Amino acid sequence: MLENEKRFNKIEGEVPENRINLFVNLIKEASSNLPGDVVKAIKAQKEKEEEGSQAKRALGIIIENFNLAYEKKTPICQDTGTVIFHIHYPIGMSVLKLKEELTLAVQEATKKGYLRPNAVDSISGKNSGDNCGFGSPSFYADEWEKDILEIKIMLKGGGCENVGAQYTLPDTKLEAGRDIKGVKKVILDAVVKAQGKGCAPGIIGVGIGGDRVSGALAAKNQIFRYLEDENLDNELAQIEKELYEKSNQLGIGPMGFGGKTTVLGVKCAKLHRVPASFFVSISYMCWAARRKTLEIKNNQFTIK
Amino acid sequence: MTKNIIELKSPGISEDTIRNLKKGDVVSISGVMVTGRDVAHKYLKDTFISSQNPPESEKLVLENLKKYLDGGILYHCGPVVYKDENNEYKFSAAGPTTSIREEPYEYDVIKLFNLRGVIGKGGMGAKTLKACQEFGSVYLHAIGGAATYTAERVKKVIGVGKLEEFGSPEAFWIIEVENFECVVTMDSHGDSLHESLLLESEKIQKEIMASF
Repeated sequence: MLENEKRFNKIEGEVPENRINLFVNLIKEASSNLPGDVVKAIKAQKEKEEEGSQAKRALGIIIENFNLAYEKKTPICQDTGTVIFHIHYPIGMSVLKLKEELTLAVQEATKKGYLRPNAVDSISGKNSGDNCGFGSPSFYADEWEKDILEIKIMLKGGGCENVGAQYTLPDTKLEAGRDIKGVKKVILDAVVKAQGKGCAPGIIGVGIGGDRVSGALAAKNQIFRYLEDENLDNELAQIEKELYEKSNQLGIGPMGFGGKTTVLGVKCAKLHRVPASFFVSISYMCWAARRKTLEIKNNQFTIK
Repeated sequence: MTKNIIELKSPGISEDTIRNLKKGDVVSISGVMVTGRDVAHKYLKDTFISSQNPPESEKLVLENLKKYLDGGILYHCGPVVYKDENNEYKFSAAGPTTSIREEPYEYDVIKLFNLRGVIGKGGMGAKTLKACQEFGSVYLHAIGGAATYTAERVKKVIGVGKLEEFGSPEAFWIIEVENFECVVTMDSHGDSLHESLLLESEKIQKEIMASF
């Protein structure tokens, strides 16, 4: 067993008075320590690739890279992406101050080199230098019934974000109708269109239905799910399993070098839609699927 | 069937060396290369290719870049950079960025500098492939996301151009590298792995769709 397998352990402790340091730590973990389920999946896939193939070589370098990043506490990928926080907070809690603290933590983590300055003014083209600006970092906050404050972070790189897609059913060109078959067709099409460009092998988040915004958000939120997590909805579980298998028959392979490993997982959510619209939104997450969860309860924290 | 690794010393790579490379070859680069991505490509095109009379100050920038890029390699990369205890720049993360965004510019940039190679990820299109054929160049694929691994191959930051103006990820970083491994995915004979894999996967896609 590698020395650094301890990376999968939870980090626990008492919440410090200055919570910003804790949040910087969360960002550091997200940036440098690839989640255990993703590590496991990549290692298993490497064994399936042919000896001497570019696919096996690529996965080998990917493994060497995430091991190194963990040891050195440096970013797994230089594109530390859009910093996305998804907060769930107990009834009655305000998150205004929390958002401020998280913003300060993002600035601090950028100074420390855990994040690359990635916020660019869309009109002037100026990089703000600290990952903050209009809509940056990105916050979603929902109240829930648990007495736990949960902060999920995702670092979503630009390369994989660019190969995301939103289809409208029916799609004449793909002969994809407004049914499960049609949904499966467009998911497969998104994987083919992405080729290796989103840093394959990727995780495919799918939002079936909703409007253009809610569908895209549901797709992205699917990426927070662990790879081994099975969908509670039977039909969706079936789509996930089938599309995972079929996608890996496409031969695109790691980095688009060819091979058996094109995706690490397909995760789907469904939303009700208005009768006139049928969107299928696809969010592509690169193999460097950087996501972590911080939980706070009774002044104790856990990062996992 | 692991392939032999072909050593390249940059800059000053000969056209013959590049013409001998074929799709699927693995190369290991040592020497000096320069990073450049979206803003850099647009700047080069606007300032030196579309315009007849670049300002004197910009001509100096071009001359300086030519020292490292003539017969050399451009790397599509926006690194994470820090200053060490000696106040010297160091790369902590430096994997390739998606290259296709530079497709409108790359033909002219390869021509402008007499580039022997472009490193990136995801591959490029027909116009760049044409430039590889016409000018004797190759597209080299690094491992996307392998940023710490790649940063370890960067031994020294020699200099930086346009840091203030472009911001750190977009600046021209002049770097010394050692054993920087890449796969030739587009060669100077008109062969592109990206093109052939796209066609193959589209064929399989049709078969799978018919089975749904």
